[in-house]
Amino acid sequence: MSVPAGFLPSAGSVGRALRVALPVAVLLALVPVVLPQYQAILLAYGLAMAIGALGFNLLLGYTGLLSFGHSAYFGVGAYAVALMVKYLKVGSMELFLLGAIVAAVAVTALFGVVCVRYTRIFFGILTLALSQVLWSLAFKFFWVTGGTDGLRVPTPSLFGGLVTGGGDKITFMSHAYYYYVLVVFCVCVSLMWVVVNSPFGMALQAIRDNETRAEFVGVQIWRYRWVAFLVSGVFTGLAGALWVPLNGLTTPDIMHWTFSGEIVFMTVLGGFRSFAGPVIGAIVFNYLKTYAVGYTVYWQLLLGSVLVALVLSLPTGIVGTAGRLLARFREER
Amino acid sequence: MNLLVTQDLVKSFGDVRAVDRVNFTVKEREVLALIGSNGAGKTTLVNLISGLFSPDAGRILFRDQDVTHQSVHGRIRAGIARSFQLVNLFDQLSTLDNVALTVFARQGKTLNLAALAATDSAVWDEAAEILKSFGLAAKASMMAGGISQGERKLLDVAVAYALRPKLLFLDEPTSGVSTREKAPIMDTVSSVVRSTGISAAIIEHDMDVVFNYSDRIVAMHQGTILADGTPDEIRRNESVITTLIGTTGRDH
Repeated sequence: MSVPAGFLPSAGSVGRALRVALPVAVLLALVPVVLPQYQAILLAYGLAMAIGALGFNLLLGYTGLLSFGHSAYFGVGAYAVALMVKYLKVGSMELFLLGAIVAAVAVTALFGVVCVRYTRIFFGILTLALSQVLWSLAFKFFWVTGGTDGLRVPTPSLFGGLVTGGGDKITFMSHAYYYYVLVVFCVCVSLMWVVVNSPFGMALQAIRDNETRAEFVGVQIWRYRWVAFLVSGVFTGLAGALWVPLNGLTTPDIMHWTFSGEIVFMTVLGGFRSFAGPVIGAIVFNYLKTYAVGYTVYWQLLLGSVLVALVLSLPTGIVGTAGRLLARFREER
Repeated sequence: MNLLVTQDLVKSFGDVRAVDRVNFTVKEREVLALIGSNGAGKTTLVNLISGLFSPDAGRILFRDQDVTHQSVHGRIRAGIARSFQLVNLFDQLSTLDNVALTVFARQGKTLNLAALAATDSAVWDEAAEILKSFGLAAKASMMAGGISQGERKLLDVAVAYALRPKLLFLDEPTSGVSTREKAPIMDTVSSVVRSTGISAAIIEHDMDVVFNYSDRIVAMHQGTILADGTPDEIRRNESVITTLIGTTGRDH
């Protein structure tokens, strides 16, 4: 009996995932061609954030650990890029990504050792406290980090210098850089999909559902949580590295706990019990925030009201609700 | 030949000595029943042997190796597995996934991040076989949280069995199920245990189950071993009758 059942992807579901992913990828590829430059740049921000939310959700949705400190790893990625520019005069995006991965591995490996020994509120508070330590370092060591002025990151070169932003920066960001972000996004989504559908992903879900039993089937809880923490942090660090050239500047704000809250919110908004939820949530949140900021000086009030309304009306997130409506529609037919 | 030996095992919780210098053995290929009233120390003893608790004193020898201070993981690798009194499953995974995960873990594959679990057909075939032997094949794709209590009890045992242990502890495998379901559950469990030649130690309150399915019975009372013998010997043991079974025990 060869029956991969339940939530696990059978060969069929690999095909099903591709049937959804490929049209979406094609649509995303058409964005710079059919939409204004501003919209493409906005979406590039959303895709970068989506990578971070995807990483965050490996902990929340799959391992059952709510981190309030993911701004730290996002900031580590962004500051790794900025410091490479400042001290090493590097301008290659590939080297930026490599540097961000190395920095994120170093920081998350260390923070993970401290945090994953705890769960629930203790885990959340520890992650928050450690992220605030990094925030205060970025804030206070102004001779290294630029303090509140931050560090400037110029337009990078892509593909080993083959594509450069020598001309119009807006055109570069909305076309060449957008496609670069899209490619990294697709690679990250594919990698995360494999991770959550691997035996390791199963073990994480087992830990989430029943830690005691997971231990008694031979899963070494601490080690698995640490690896999940590491992978999660690296994805979020990559997101920071992709985000900072778009923004052109990194400041301590992105390491503050309120930014961690935004990452939590994106994920919950999209639906943390689905693979695509954090991606959708990050893109939607990015649009909501951008338009709220542009609409009124009281944008926090407006954004907060909209978000509360969305969470109350969509308790399982956008993807969860869409799935339920689709199932009901199919039943009625 | 003894598979498991405990020597003067002690565990206290505050002033209460839950397990008091217990010398307990499980032989190879035997089905042993561990009986006693609530608070007698049965579950604490199993928790000590399986690694959930650390003993205050004493030793645990499994296949002549001292496992007293080994981790849960180490004991699983040595061949000790257990089920739980309150069903302990991964409720948001399917029944097949519950067993398959255990097979993946036993084979040391759960740290593999780079391969799709679904492509390892050997694991899924083994998991499906185990489900079939426990009569749960028809429930393979159902969520573990969505099957009946009797089926959950069986799945709990199947998950422990998927570790291919040499000694399987079953903590009240028929508690919380109807009287009618008890015999089929025990028939299934007993059939799997006997056919594979492993040893099993069953904590149980139902005396019908105890006397019908075990080769040997160990009775515990207030943290100590009150009696140890065959079902016939235990049935005739006056101290067991007065302390645990009551007069109806004579009818068995």
